Amino acid sequence: MGLLSYIVKRTLFSIPVIIVISILCFGIIQLPPGDYADAYAAVAASTGGGSVSKEYLEKIRERYGLDQPFWIQYWRWVKGFPEGDFGIAMSLQGTPVTDLLKERLPMTLFLNFSALIFALMIALPIGIYSATHQYSLLDYLLTFIAFIGIAIPGFILAVFIIAISIFWFDSSYIGRLYSNEFIGKAWNMDKTIDFLKHLPVPIITIGIAQTSNTMRIMRGNMLDVLKQPFIQTARSKGLSEPVVNWKHAARIAINPIISRIGVYLPEIIATEMLVSIVLNLNTIGPLFYDSLIAQDMYLAGTILLVISIILVLGNLIADVALALSDPRIRHELN
Amino acid sequence: MFLKQNKIQKNEEFLTLSEGQLMWRQFFKHKVAVVSSIILIFLYTVVIFANFFAPYGMLTGHKFHLYAPPQITKINFVDNEGNFHIRPFIYRQVAVRDPKTLRFVYQDNLKQKDFIYFFVRGEPYTMLGFIKSDIHFFGVKEGNFFLLGTDIIGRDLLSRIIFGGRVSLSIGLIGVIILVIIGTIVGTVSGYFGSWIDNLIQRIIEIIRTIPQVALWMALASIIPKEWPSTYVYLGIVIIFGLISWAGLAREVRGKVLAIRRSDFIYAAEISGASTSRIIAKHIIPNVLSHIIVIATLSIPIMIIGEAALSFLGLGIKPPMTSWGLLLTQLREVQTLKHYPWLISPAGFIVVSVLCFNFIGDALRDVNDPHSR
Repeated sequence: MGLLSYIVKRTLFSIPVIIVISILCFGIIQLPPGDYADAYAAVAASTGGGSVSKEYLEKIRERYGLDQPFWIQYWRWVKGFPEGDFGIAMSLQGTPVTDLLKERLPMTLFLNFSALIFALMIALPIGIYSATHQYSLLDYLLTFIAFIGIAIPGFILAVFIIAISIFWFDSSYIGRLYSNEFIGKAWNMDKTIDFLKHLPVPIITIGIAQTSNTMRIMRGNMLDVLKQPFIQTARSKGLSEPVVNWKHAARIAINPIISRIGVYLPEIIATEMLVSIVLNLNTIGPLFYDSLIAQDMYLAGTILLVISIILVLGNLIADVALALSDPRIRHELN
Repeated sequence: MFLKQNKIQKNEEFLTLSEGQLMWRQFFKHKVAVVSSIILIFLYTVVIFANFFAPYGMLTGHKFHLYAPPQITKINFVDNEGNFHIRPFIYRQVAVRDPKTLRFVYQDNLKQKDFIYFFVRGEPYTMLGFIKSDIHFFGVKEGNFFLLGTDIIGRDLLSRIIFGGRVSLSIGLIGVIILVIIGTIVGTVSGYFGSWIDNLIQRIIEIIRTIPQVALWMALASIIPKEWPSTYVYLGIVIIFGLISWAGLAREVRGKVLAIRRSDFIYAAEISGASTSRIIAKHIIPNVLSHIIVIATLSIPIMIIGEAALSFLGLGIKPPMTSWGLLLTQLREVQTLKHYPWLISPAGFIVVSVLCFNFIGDALRDVNDPHSR
């Protein structure tokens, strides 16, 4: 079975990649000069976080081996990862990072995934329409909108949306992912409804740039495919236009998009981080930002690693999806 | 008959044009890209000669005009008595305290007309280090003229946008130069020498591309020491942008070099005894140059947005320097945006310049693609 061994091979290949990335992330953690615990104590004192107890600093030094050489420090940092121990967040009174991730990671994945699906769902039909109605008025209009969608950075769009909502709309569902009264409550019917009302703004804001991008690429792919002989054959068989366009042409034109998901993911994740910071969403982005502001490089480096791992997995899934969708690749594997 | 001859002449002229001239012709067919180029040339000219074009200094505060609204909509030709003036004017803005909210409210003093002149004398300045002058592109002789309003300490927003444009527009250019140098070298080496070098470089590129760029920019920018002066911070950010973003370009260059490497004219050069460095410099780089230009052009807007995002979040450029992203920082307070909506105008400049670079990049890509000809 070619496909299965392909998946196994791809998975095994991503392990060394993750290891190298973890070393790079640790390098970033190590970049600021000086003993981290001292720096942290100084930051805590200067920002009015009060003095940090000696025992706590000792605990940090012991946990991360701050007086040890690079590789031992690195080992202390990573050895717990496979077991789900991601260390402690020094800037958050020593909260285990695992708890923070448990709280925020599912929402992050959900938002990114929804934004990706949203982008594809909107962009593919529009791209196909644009290609089959090339140089029509609507085609020009959609191309123009797509260009603007690419040019407006997600975080600025978030600011615009907040502005518009303040002036014209009910702004109680803008920003955050659920209303104040549901913070810390378990999920129930009311909270879910409230959550769903908050959801459209972040998903559209995060997805809009990739929607525009995909739309243009899909249009280009479709135009290329429509020129191919097999489309002419399909037409000469007497198939109706929709069948030719949607079944024969779109089926092929969609493959480059699937192989590009690996390119979209980092952009969507980056936009999600920035948009979440502006809209104050309960995801990894604001946590990463806060850790950078507090100069808690251990937390920041860990989050950077987690995001990178998500990306590696995303690419893996995209490759497998392409193999599933494109029979030519499956054929090569066999 | 005449028409036919004309056509033949045109065709002959077409045949004698060089590749570069053909590309220029093709480029000028993209009207949007040409318009974008003009807009960008205008923007760059304005920011280079910022002291002249900006009506006020970057840091000059006007303490009686805190959060003054924009006057761009208040430029008149006809006064309230119905008289037409050939020279546009504005009514003088007067600050009055609202008795209820204690906030400044601005009213027009209908008795006082301030005419708008070009080349007026204003604040003295030294431009580009050696031009001493006090002539500004436009302004009023008495009173104040805030085309786009003012900020919390009464600094003219338009002037700050023009000075901030120096940072926003230059970071992309300088960052891209670093990116092009590294990307071209790495890509050419990888594609030309092949074997294990290629393999190693490709793995490194894959790994760099796996770490999300913006997150990496944020992390590295946060490491820049807080006590550094703002010019160092600016340089630091440019270097971070250049050092992180070359992977995409290197990959494309490598692909092109790999293809060219196997073509006959390279074998011919090798057989006739040309050195490796000569082959790379004379035969390979000129052939990938157009690709490099396309990718470089499309990388500039990414860096402009990146700088804006970093500065907006307080991780990038810091005062007293300013940039379009930094000017937007005040909007992170939703209340500020509600009361002083004109403060969002720097975002328009970001969007326009990004849009222009994207249009030009797309046109260049079209021109570069032999299938489109």
